[in-house]
Amino acid sequence: MKVLIVEDSPTMRQLIGFTLKRIRGIEIVEANDGVDGLKKISADKFDLILTDINMPIMDGIKLVSLIRQDPNNKEVPIVVITTEGGQEDKDRAMALGANSYITKPIHSVSLLDTAKKLLKLA
Amino acid sequence: MTENDEQNRGEEILNILQKGTEFTNEILKENERLRFRVAQLEEANSAFAETTDDEALKAEFSKLREKLDLLADEKSKLLDKYNAVEEENKDFVNRYIEIENENNVLANLYVSSYQLHSTLDFEEVLRVILEIVINLVGAEEFSIYLLDEKTHKLTAVAAEGLDETTLPVIDIGEGVIGGSVKDGDNYFAQSLVVGETANYLSPLVSIPMKIKERVIGTIVIYKLLQQKEEFTNLDHELFTLLAGHTATAIFSSKLYSESERKLSTMQGFINLMTNK
Repeated sequence: MKVLIVEDSPTMRQLIGFTLKRIRGIEIVEANDGVDGLKKISADKFDLILTDINMPIMDGIKLVSLIRQDPNNKEVPIVVITTEGGQEDKDRAMALGANSYITKPIHSVSLLDTAKKLLKLA
Repeated sequence: MTENDEQNRGEEILNILQKGTEFTNEILKENERLRFRVAQLEEANSAFAETTDDEALKAEFSKLREKLDLLADEKSKLLDKYNAVEEENKDFVNRYIEIENENNVLANLYVSSYQLHSTLDFEEVLRVILEIVINLVGAEEFSIYLLDEKTHKLTAVAAEGLDETTLPVIDIGEGVIGGSVKDGDNYFAQSLVVGETANYLSPLVSIPMKIKERVIGTIVIYKLLQQKEEFTNLDHELFTLLAGHTATAIFSSKLYSESERKLSTMQGFINLMTNK
């Protein structure tokens, strides 16, 4: 199972990766922003993508929209992890095709549960 | 037939009838005796049968009762065991939740500590502190103040959600922020609710950054993310970690920058002396 974490904060990338590594057989790939994320998505096949919203160069909303336009990645589960706690932000991300929306600060148990559910492990 | 013959014949018949009567009486007596005996035997038999059945039943009943008692005892023990196991399960569930929470705390502390000490660059250290406070604590507006030990004034060197140059310079002991730096104690406001614009002199939180008892500055939080309604145990653990580790990270990075600068100056001086 390959998981992509798109996040500009190294602290958050490490924390998310640290949490997800509790799932046996998981491989983590990291990207600094939306553009870096897209490059990695076009080069590889992922089982799950986790993305922040507020990132330099390309934000998470644009990234979700571009992933969903790609016929090869229409079905890949996407989790948005963000500081934006407003309902409008959540609705926008979900309307664009995100499968789950988690607000920061994250709780490892809920992140792990969400990831397992989307990876069909739970 | 003569009269005499008739008389003898009559007597004979009477004798026969008399004997018949006697025989009948004897038979009736015997019959009576036998009936009595039968009744006696029947009674005895009945009594015997009754006695035998009752004892067998009693014995059987007694056995069944013993079995029933054993089963009831076993059931009671099983119920006790079931309840104990259920209690143990509840305990395990609670323990599991506790351990998961503890894992969460440890993961956050590990990552924060790892990131804080992953660099000796002062600006990078400030960036890591900002990241921790935004992402792990859940603050929207906050700043990092450093203490000038010569002037005893606190100046904001970094901020998130606001411009640090607009933040006031604070004297040590002045207000909530200056007071927490002077005492070296964390400050938490009574209520975490703030209006649209935060008050930069009465923050929600002030966490003095300390190396042992020496305070080098403070992390001041003015406003939390809208989804952050209260501080958890993790936040308090993070505040404790931030109080100690940010101070050493900032101090080390400053020392490193100074030593680099001095090294460069000395290298220049040596080059000048040796005409290189």
